[in-house]
Amino acid sequence: MPGNGKSFSIEGKKNGDITLFLRGRIGLADFTVLFSEIKTLFIEFSPSKLTVDFSHVEYFDSSGALFLVQLEDEAVAQSVPFTIINVSAQQKQMLSLVDREALRAPSLRVRERSLNLVEQLGNETMNVLRDAYEVILFWGELVYEVVFSIRHPGNIRWNDVVSYMKKVGVDGLPIVALISFLLGLIMAFMSALQLKPFGANIYVASLVAVAMVRELGPIITAIIVAGRSGSAFAAEIGTMRVNEEVDALITMGFNPTRFLAIPKLLASMFVVPILTGFSNIFAIAGGLFVGVLGLDLTVYTYVKETMDAIDMFDVMSGLLKSIVFAAFIAAIGCQRGFKVRGGAEAVGNATTSAVVSAIFLIIIIDSTFAITFHYIR
Amino acid sequence: MDKREPVIIVEGLTVQYGDNVVLDNVSFEVYKGEIFVIAGGSGCGKSTLLKHIIGLETPYSGKIIINGVDTTNIEDEEMERLRRGIGMLFQGSALFGSMTIGENVALPLTEFTDLSQSAMDLIVKMKLGMVDLSGYENHFPSELSGGMKKRAGIARAMSLEPAMLFLDEPSAGLDPVTTAELDVLIKKINEGIGTTMVIVTHELETIFNVSHRIIMLDKETKGIIAEGDAKELKEHSQNRRVRNFFNRQVEEKNN
Repeated sequence: MPGNGKSFSIEGKKNGDITLFLRGRIGLADFTVLFSEIKTLFIEFSPSKLTVDFSHVEYFDSSGALFLVQLEDEAVAQSVPFTIINVSAQQKQMLSLVDREALRAPSLRVRERSLNLVEQLGNETMNVLRDAYEVILFWGELVYEVVFSIRHPGNIRWNDVVSYMKKVGVDGLPIVALISFLLGLIMAFMSALQLKPFGANIYVASLVAVAMVRELGPIITAIIVAGRSGSAFAAEIGTMRVNEEVDALITMGFNPTRFLAIPKLLASMFVVPILTGFSNIFAIAGGLFVGVLGLDLTVYTYVKETMDAIDMFDVMSGLLKSIVFAAFIAAIGCQRGFKVRGGAEAVGNATTSAVVSAIFLIIIIDSTFAITFHYIR
Repeated sequence: MDKREPVIIVEGLTVQYGDNVVLDNVSFEVYKGEIFVIAGGSGCGKSTLLKHIIGLETPYSGKIIINGVDTTNIEDEEMERLRRGIGMLFQGSALFGSMTIGENVALPLTEFTDLSQSAMDLIVKMKLGMVDLSGYENHFPSELSGGMKKRAGIARAMSLEPAMLFLDEPSAGLDPVTTAELDVLIKKINEGIGTTMVIVTHELETIFNVSHRIIMLDKETKGIIAEGDAKELKEHSQNRRVRNFFNRQVEEKNN
């Protein structure tokens, strides 16, 4: 048998003494060939004795040693006497590195089998319930800390509040403004297509104004803040957990919720309504752009129609909603951050979860507000 | 003159960030099959030097030659090929948290070899056996102790049978017994496989237990203040800072 022409050759007769001459590099690069050769060698030759000659081996690594150990195990299993000759001291030491017990040792943990549909449903339900329980617990703690902070305003880290107001508000304004302007523009353009045949161009202004101020302004702003800042809160606190910074705060006698979550919560509740106001203004400007350039409306007519369409209740209800959205975005971001256990992956999961949960909550809360305001009016 | 074959040559390496010079004109050679230790106090640039040798950072000036190739002046593809012959244990082990220990060790094999799954499983078992982590292939890194993570990191670094192994503070944060076990493992791999090892450490036990040769970096001179056998340097070095380092003595401050 010629072997692969590089690593080995075999001398001897079938059912007789066989010598396996190894040469050149016996290691990882040739492991696949060597590994598959073990079985064919015994099937093809059925040796009565197997000798492995190392005299021409130039390179021998632990994968090569593993091949030798496998070969010897197979020989022992088939009751074939096995000998290694011309082996150097270093090669012997390499062979001793392969722990035969370790190769046979079962895994200390069997891989979990994949769950069936019912088990997955049960598992997910339990996860959702557990998550809801943890969120409620955190909310309880947060409300307590908010009340404490209101009673002791000196304990609030105002520098942090200002810093987060800048991060959430000032830094978020360009993207909120751009998206809102484009949204107003799209709404006006699309509604104009429908209203123009009826000569009802003027109602584009009221449509954009009412839709933005009552519903879309707070929602769009909240979704952008959830994506920008809610995720950042989760990542920041999550990384602090991984680096044991939260544990350090606790051992120094700080309340981590008061120290980390309250400034973020207050800052968000202060600036998100302002961002919402800007969102409304920029969306109306987008509508105005289409109205003036595409629908032959004057600026005065468009603005007057806008002002007539919305009242103080619309504005205030939108701002109230945005305050509530801000509280939920900050709270869920912080809660997801505090929940982090493990490493980088857990921080990533917390960030994703913070954004998804916040958007889900925003929609639920908005629906609740819509029904409530309908009956109040 | 040393007749051994140098596998790493560092020539006049200067590392500078802005005006801050971290290493100034550092030169040394690492020979094939030796355990070479880069020692020195905290902040003297040991880990920075290691990151430059493995090409994670680009030097301000100087040359780093690995296996005859100047790594400061090569294409990315060639550097990637070169790195496959190098194993690295990071200070924090740097195991991928989303993968099991077995998957971590198997990752380089999956990407850079055409081994069958059964052959790969066998190699993973062998590597874990070598570092005394037999049976832990289905555990996640977060479930292991610091010492176990280091050993798993070594198993992963060794998976492609590298000719060179770099270890950044292998015993940092470990208890003396685990440190001693790790030192034994390092020696066993070096003697058995002949792997050239470059170890960054300030642990005296590790330096004396495993090193064949050391260099000592100094924060003030930003260069090498001692080179040679660790025990020789401890006994006979004329440099006060070297003696203080080996004898754990506090540096006297000039007021």
